[in-house]
Amino acid sequence: MLLQTAVVAASHPLANSAAQYVWLLPLLPLLGFLINGWLSIAGAPLGPADPNMVHPAEHDTHGEAALVSHAEDHGAVGDDHHAVKRHRFAGIVSIVGPGVLVLAFLLAASIFRAMLGVDMSHPFIQTYFSWMPAGDLKVDAAFQLDQLSMVMVLVITGVGALIHIFSIGYMQDDPGYPRYFAYLNLFVFFMLVLVLGASYPVLFVGWEGVGLCSYLLIGFWFSDKANADAGKKAFIVNRIGDFGFLVAMFLLFANLGVLDFAGVNAQAVNLPAGGPLVTTICLFLFLGCAGKSAQIPLYVWLPDAMAGPTPVSALIHAATMVTAGVYLVARSSVLFSLAPAASLTVALVGAVTAIFAATIGLKQWDIKKVLAYSTVSQLGYMFIGVGVGAYTAGVFHLVTHAFFKALLFLGAGSVIYSMHAAYHHTGSHEDAQDMRNMGGLRKYMPVTWVLMWIATLAIAGIPPFSGFFSKDEILGAAFARAHGSPMSEATWLGIPGGVILYLVYFLGLAAAFLTAIYMTRMMLYTFHGPNRSGAEEEKHLREAPWVMTGPLVVLGVLSAFGGWLNFPPLIALGRPERLASWLAPVVADASTRLSGSAEAVGTSTEAMLIGLAVLIAVGGIAYAFTRLKPESLVPKRESPEETGFEKVLVEKYYVDEAYDRAIVTPTYEVSKNFLWRFIDNGLIDGFFVNGIAKLTRGFGWLGSRLQTGSVGIYAWVLVAGVLAVLGAFTRR
Amino acid sequence: MLAESLALSAVLFVIGVIGVLTRRNAIIIFMCIELMLNAVNLTFVALSRFYGVAGQVFVVFVMTVAAAEAAVGLAIIISLFRHKQTVNIQDINLLRG
Repeated sequence: MLLQTAVVAASHPLANSAAQYVWLLPLLPLLGFLINGWLSIAGAPLGPADPNMVHPAEHDTHGEAALVSHAEDHGAVGDDHHAVKRHRFAGIVSIVGPGVLVLAFLLAASIFRAMLGVDMSHPFIQTYFSWMPAGDLKVDAAFQLDQLSMVMVLVITGVGALIHIFSIGYMQDDPGYPRYFAYLNLFVFFMLVLVLGASYPVLFVGWEGVGLCSYLLIGFWFSDKANADAGKKAFIVNRIGDFGFLVAMFLLFANLGVLDFAGVNAQAVNLPAGGPLVTTICLFLFLGCAGKSAQIPLYVWLPDAMAGPTPVSALIHAATMVTAGVYLVARSSVLFSLAPAASLTVALVGAVTAIFAATIGLKQWDIKKVLAYSTVSQLGYMFIGVGVGAYTAGVFHLVTHAFFKALLFLGAGSVIYSMHAAYHHTGSHEDAQDMRNMGGLRKYMPVTWVLMWIATLAIAGIPPFSGFFSKDEILGAAFARAHGSPMSEATWLGIPGGVILYLVYFLGLAAAFLTAIYMTRMMLYTFHGPNRSGAEEEKHLREAPWVMTGPLVVLGVLSAFGGWLNFPPLIALGRPERLASWLAPVVADASTRLSGSAEAVGTSTEAMLIGLAVLIAVGGIAYAFTRLKPESLVPKRESPEETGFEKVLVEKYYVDEAYDRAIVTPTYEVSKNFLWRFIDNGLIDGFFVNGIAKLTRGFGWLGSRLQTGSVGIYAWVLVAGVLAVLGAFTRR
Repeated sequence: MLAESLALSAVLFVIGVIGVLTRRNAIIIFMCIELMLNAVNLTFVALSRFYGVAGQVFVVFVMTVAAAEAAVGLAIIISLFRHKQTVNIQDINLLRG
């Protein structure tokens, strides 16, 4: 792999440290993918898809025969009584799958330690080989290690390892167990390529790769058409965003001639600041981010992506992949800081998405859908952060969100697992994900209850939990820059930037209020009040095994104390702004360019902002506690239909239906009637293909008329031909 | 002298061509083809007076080929007659595609 090392890398202070094994980081999950994928293929003919083929002795060697349930299984609603058999390679897969992630995390931690000790003013770039030498375009397969990618690598491998371990329990009885881990490992490989790539094309490889794995895992239970459709929807919506990303890369290459981050950052400052070119590039980049990170108008795929297994939702659709857009904006901070109008767009789209998704989250009944819209909303917060140029705040919220949202999803996974096991026991076909069928679970799952409350308080922004610090920093930055910064003096479609930023701030504040409400609502309906699952089912509700609860505890600790990463100077519980000073070499210049001297608001203003944020969060929780009565809820099958605006919220503002009418159906109709019937069948098949065949046959028929078989006529024609040739020669 | 010889051979050749085109009896057409071959032979001989003996050598070749052709051609005509009971080429269109 180390074919050639760039000369610059050799002189870097990290040259002879653990960082030189950075290529091993993505290679470990790739190895896991190959092993698990091979086991999946090798185990297929004898796999538990046909339980009769599994030898009884084989089953016993893998132990744990007492497991009473199988994993959540949307795909086989009518098939609830299939034999519970572990996959014959489940034992080795359980070691390899999470094992490679743990190893990768340990390697990442040792690289992090090495980075702590040296001066990292320049990124550590390792070039392995020349990937695309085509004329002026030279793209190397190179990895870049800097502070930003290190943060992402630690989150991906750390949270990823925990989710892999959780999956051992959650997916234990799934017939596709090795396939699941193979996809999950492949995802981590591509995600690490994404954050480690030293140029836009290498990043794009990871970007597309994680999209592929997302597609594969959303449609993991593909035998149910709805799941397969959800996978396709995610893939196709993401392609729209990827088109924007590609155009941005073309523009970068056409105008700067380079595509690696170091080169772009060095040359971008020569572009006219705020000019149309750099604004266009940034807007196209942001289109890619909106697709990958589920922002308006391309957010519609993420709620549907909940069709995949719950740990997948936690890892891909909450903690890592969907934050790739935030990473991309932070990575392109130099470009975005040169385009205040584009940055304002990012912030505004983020704020509108945050409030829009939060309102939908208020009325969802599926526990995973609540979390999905919450994720969309929180991603909106991250885009407010990176949009207003507070790149540290955006990345900070990315990290804390990875902790508490992974915890929430895995907790929801535990709940679904437990509910499903209970329904499996009684042979009921009720919806194991609908909160109307839950209630009172605190009695049966105390550990999950406590941990999910920690995550809820964190996401709602209650101090001292992690989400409070990151969310407050984002809102504070938006408020601070609304007055007296270069950004506030820029205009966006004729509106002064300051007005936009105040709007962004208030939308963010309102979304924080709604976040507190819908999260408390979810907790109340799931864990409090009476149990609504049914008298028989109630006896079988119990806490998930420790292999699942253990990762939850770790994530609970991280959610509670994640704020230590970046204390505001005002609350001096430790060294303040640790993350900010860590990320400073990457984003500080860009951040200052947008904020100007407006970075610091007065201490009293800041205290007021913090107080307001806390008040809003506490108010939201109190409102939910006083207004929502879990006692009066009835199970799903007895629930009445919603009416009025509630119905609009339950139906998600009918956005899917609107897209269907406005885009999908017209596209389909035009494709069917014009492209297929007219262009393809009529023009290409009818005119070009069959038409030319008919023409040829016509000429052939004409020629056949000459063949009379009469020698006399042949002789006449022959003489005429000779005369013609002679005539042609003599005329000369 | 040469001009007269060439003119005679041209006349003979044209007579042959007209015979091939207009007559219907295969035997006569065959004879007309022989006439055309011999018209060419006459040209060769006439021109060999000026351009060396090669023309006369060609004549020998042409006569040899003509003899072989006569053997094969007459054999074809005989078998055709046996098959169709006629040598009128208007009644024969076996070459029709």
